[in-house]
Amino acid sequence: MYAQMVTSEATQDDPEKLAAFQARIDAGEKIEPKEWMPEGYRKTLIRQIGQHAHSEIVGQLPEGNWITRAPSLERKAILLAKVQDEAGHGLYLYCAAETLGVSRDELTEMLLDGRMKYSSIFNYPTLTWADMGAVGWLVDGAAIMNQVPLQRTSYGPYSRAMVRICKEESFHQRQGYHIMMKMAQGTSAQKKMAQDALNRFWYPSLMMFGPSDKDSVHSAQSMKWKIKMNTNDELRQKFVDQTVPQAEFLGLTVPDETLHWNDEKGGYDFAEPDWSEFFDVIKGNGPCNTERLAARNKAWDDGAWVRDGLMAHAEKKRTSKLAAE
Amino acid sequence: MTDHTALFEYLLRLGDNTLVLGHRVSEWCGHAPVLEEDIALANTALDLIGQTQMWFGLAGEVEGAERSADDLAMLRDVWDFRNLLLVEQPNGDFGQTLMRQCLFDAFHFELLTELTRASDDRIAAIAAKALKEVTYHLDRSSETVIGLGDGTEESHRRMQAALDLLWPYVGEMFTADAVDDAMHTARIAPDLTTLRARYDERLNNILSEATLRKPDSNFAQSGGKSGFRHTEHLGHMLTQMQWLQRAYPGATW
Repeated sequence: MYAQMVTSEATQDDPEKLAAFQARIDAGEKIEPKEWMPEGYRKTLIRQIGQHAHSEIVGQLPEGNWITRAPSLERKAILLAKVQDEAGHGLYLYCAAETLGVSRDELTEMLLDGRMKYSSIFNYPTLTWADMGAVGWLVDGAAIMNQVPLQRTSYGPYSRAMVRICKEESFHQRQGYHIMMKMAQGTSAQKKMAQDALNRFWYPSLMMFGPSDKDSVHSAQSMKWKIKMNTNDELRQKFVDQTVPQAEFLGLTVPDETLHWNDEKGGYDFAEPDWSEFFDVIKGNGPCNTERLAARNKAWDDGAWVRDGLMAHAEKKRTSKLAAE
Repeated sequence: MTDHTALFEYLLRLGDNTLVLGHRVSEWCGHAPVLEEDIALANTALDLIGQTQMWFGLAGEVEGAERSADDLAMLRDVWDFRNLLLVEQPNGDFGQTLMRQCLFDAFHFELLTELTRASDDRIAAIAAKALKEVTYHLDRSSETVIGLGDGTEESHRRMQAALDLLWPYVGEMFTADAVDDAMHTARIAPDLTTLRARYDERLNNILSEATLRKPDSNFAQSGGKSGFRHTEHLGHMLTQMQWLQRAYPGATW
């Protein structure tokens, strides 16, 4: 769930073409890059895939924050592999977005100057090693909830990228849960750390699914186009139902006093996150928005001479090869 | 020095080089100039940490004091580390990181090639596995040094500055001491003089393609692999790397 509140673009295409397009989607066909698509479909997808890609890239930072402090060689190796996977996911997704006629550099510029967003969750700090567990367990767990159905999304390149990504995400979630298990079975300080991580990451994880359906006005068109497969509340419910027993198994307490099983609906009743906090984070006022964007901008600016240098070298090689021919 | 002590020391050198460099490279995570470089740097760090696990696993076995690979990584202080001074140098800019990598990879590649023929099968096996990874590291770091050296005026200037800065740390790799001699006699490690000749030949080719000038002085800093005198940088790295293990002794993670 790395794309939140993606506004569907209005579309002003020929109604006949639109109807034929919708019929293909309803029949479960995949739309491929060179085929006709409504302008609104294309723009909405660029926004959604771009936001997803940016989330993978910015998402390296909170976990990268602990690579140099990982408590064992094995944990360091696993965390490195995980963050490397995330960069790889970013790469597939940028490639998928490029098939819609926008370049990776253009998308990057839009991230860096704030025109495009990334998931709110990455604006929260990772303060202890238990946060590496909580991020894997809860954040990747929430991401999987959204991404598994997206394997069936109507746009071919996006759907194929999701298939690859989902395989790796389930490994990520397992390693996160494994960290939590070690901590929950560990010393009293480790248990305290684990509980503290759950306390801080529970509500931000629920926010990953986006605002409540009653306030989510942009979903209908995206769902019709099969860009969005489930509503925010459906996914949030599924996440809570899956996660609460896992917390119980760990012996940790979900920080929600109202939480209880509702036999009638066959799921948990739970407290909504503080949506004003969510909108603050989206607006740029989360605990780490400034640092995250500054880190990405610095990487981009400091790396300009490297990109220019390598391009210049490639150009020299091309010219000398041409001259030799 | 007994052969046993020398072997333990030698294995620590191999493992400390990969640990310290792997740690340094991992500091880049999420901050590289392009996404492909982020992936490549993480991949390099991952390989090096994996090699560390193998070298330390064997070192612990040879030592016979029931120290695990993690104990060796997390519970030794600066003076116990046996890595080259080169690999503990800070990352600097991307050019400095890749120059450090290239200077080390070219040595690492030649060394591992020889170690695959070591009289100790355990060492030969680890070297063979590591060599596959390091062959790729060297390809990539040398190509990047060439690309940036022979890129723009600015990239050339930065790469020359990186080479000038790091050059005094090259000599230590090839200065044999009692541990190297003992390992050479035991037909485990190669003669460092012949290794240097091959290193120089390769490096000259890389630098010439990169249009970079090798510094005239062959002055070599020393004190890393003997552990006698590390640079100030290593202690700061260890405070980060070892913090959790030191703050919560005995916990398993």
